[in-house]
Amino acid sequence: MTARTAESPGAPPNFDRQRLLDQYRMMCRIRAFEEAAVGAIADKLVLGAIHPSIGQEAVAVGVCGTLDRADILLSTHRGHGHTMAKGADPVAMMCELFGRAGGCCSGKGGSMHIADFEVGMLGANGVVGANITIAAGAAHAIKLKGEDRVVACLFGDGAINRGPFLEGLNWAQVFGLNVLFVCEDNGFAASTRTQAMTAGPGPAARAESLGIPAAEVDGNDVLAVEAATKELLADVRRGKPRFLVAKTYRLTGHTGVDPAPYRTAEEVAEAWTRDPIARARGLLETAGYAGDDLAAIADSAQREMRAAYDTARAAPWPDSDLAYADVQDVGDPRMVAF
Amino acid sequence: MGRMTYIDAARQTLAEEMRRDPTVWAVGEDLGRGGVFTQYKGLVEEFGPDRISDAPISEAAILGAAVGAAMMGTRPVVEMRFSDFALCAVDELVNQAAKARYMFGGQSRVPMVVREPIGMWRSSAAQHSQSLEAWYAHIPGLVVVTPATPADLRVLLAGAIRCDDPVVFMEHKDLWALEGEVPDGPVDGDPIVELGRARVAREGRDITIVSWSAAVHGAMAAAETLGTEGISAEVIDLRTIWPWDREAVLASVRRTGRLLVVHEAVAAGGFGAEIAATVAETLHGDLRAPVRRLGAPRIPISYAPPLEDRVRVTPEAIVAAARSMVGQPEAADG
Repeated sequence: MTARTAESPGAPPNFDRQRLLDQYRMMCRIRAFEEAAVGAIADKLVLGAIHPSIGQEAVAVGVCGTLDRADILLSTHRGHGHTMAKGADPVAMMCELFGRAGGCCSGKGGSMHIADFEVGMLGANGVVGANITIAAGAAHAIKLKGEDRVVACLFGDGAINRGPFLEGLNWAQVFGLNVLFVCEDNGFAASTRTQAMTAGPGPAARAESLGIPAAEVDGNDVLAVEAATKELLADVRRGKPRFLVAKTYRLTGHTGVDPAPYRTAEEVAEAWTRDPIARARGLLETAGYAGDDLAAIADSAQREMRAAYDTARAAPWPDSDLAYADVQDVGDPRMVAF
Repeated sequence: MGRMTYIDAARQTLAEEMRRDPTVWAVGEDLGRGGVFTQYKGLVEEFGPDRISDAPISEAAILGAAVGAAMMGTRPVVEMRFSDFALCAVDELVNQAAKARYMFGGQSRVPMVVREPIGMWRSSAAQHSQSLEAWYAHIPGLVVVTPATPADLRVLLAGAIRCDDPVVFMEHKDLWALEGEVPDGPVDGDPIVELGRARVAREGRDITIVSWSAAVHGAMAAAETLGTEGISAEVIDLRTIWPWDREAVLASVRRTGRLLVVHEAVAAGGFGAEIAATVAETLHGDLRAPVRRLGAPRIPISYAPPLEDRVRVTPEAIVAAARSMVGQPEAADG
């Protein structure tokens, strides 16, 4: 079987205009959140590493925005967009980035461990590829319990060279689990071009070698990502794991402080011409929305995230006693002086 | 009371817990045919292949999947065959299972049991013989259990399955056939409280020997010999090494004034060092002899029996060390 390429909707297709408007709004919010977060590094409010997904918003919104609230999401260290698109509160996320009380992980995880179990987001992961086997296990439990929800597992193209990628995909296939694997292929594994370190034709071929059909889409086209996700989820909900490769580009560095000198200015400038947000906006304008209205949506997102920034900055530090909480029940360090 | 082997205690307890709680399931390599040591024999017939689940030889996937399944409300019992093989899944156990609850701010629990058979067993050589319990004791978030008897295996496995923490459950391969007294009927009461509680295996006045897992039996044999020489040794079986029963050890050493820690694992960086340091810090003024440890030299386990035996802590070595600590001279080649 060869990788299928989902048809790009092109312009102007019979797309749901209201839906695209909502997707555009969410992409603007994710972009604004991350711009505010990157700005907060210089203000010494973001304390540890953050990994922006600027330029990759269409994957987050196209995949995670298509999931039901009861569905499960496993994400990566570059997971702000996925998490927001699944429904998490950006104020709680910003508090988490700042290590403050009110953070979605009580200030104990930071950007790389953002999780919101209320919306089915079972965690970003600081270890590349580690979420893949966990996602398979979450789906395994869903099957054992006879539930009909699905698990979406997003990871980068660098993850396909790790053992858990093979082990997790094999597991999902042999047990017939409801997992949609999504390789968010931005071309870079940290600061190295993934292709230079990856044998063979790439992620889709690896999935297909295990009998898991794969589709490839333009990951900067939110409608294409959504359409492919919907199509694959129909199979996934029947216990057939599926694989989506969303080709995209990381418009900023690996971390919030990485100037990314390992690529040329021309390459990055060219990539900006494929900015997924501008692309969605162009489609909406073609479909009759006023540019001013669309600009207002972007401005509103900026204001929302500046407010989140201000709220998080004003939030207190967590009580330091929390350092001892939620370690374990048996052998609880609060109960025993070691 | 009836008699039961260590392996039957394991099998029966898992079956009882699976009957009691439908969210408990087991997963690992070769479980369908009964597990590598037959500790799952017959269970697939009762519970079916979804709950006694064969897995690919993919330790990372077995453990990672268990983490996801535990976070989603089931209670996986994970079989690693040999603790050595669990090293293929260190990230999944140390970075994921142990930390998920903490780093997600308490949103999640990871109730899983990871069975890792440990220890030297019939020329199994360097990659099938290790005792790595101290590694896991070092990791915040994990509970580490090392039963020495069928009765303890029974109650501690029930507690491990019922508790909400990830538990590394280390059965000693050389004990599978060991028979012992076991209380009649299913495990009752709250077995979780047994995790972290030591057992005084033998009472004594002159020296405290602290041990766990198979080494307990060597300590008991040594205590018997010491008794014939007029030395009264107290043997404490820790049963779990995280948490470890600090109070039981300190109370005993306060009375005897002497501590000898005995374990099969490599002595350097072993858990005996933790116990020795704690006792030295806490009871310095009460000690009548320097604290001592007996463990393996820092060399891999060999295949040939004489080489394998060279790293064993024997009852004779325990007797010699104890004898010297109570003021009687060690044998020349002790």
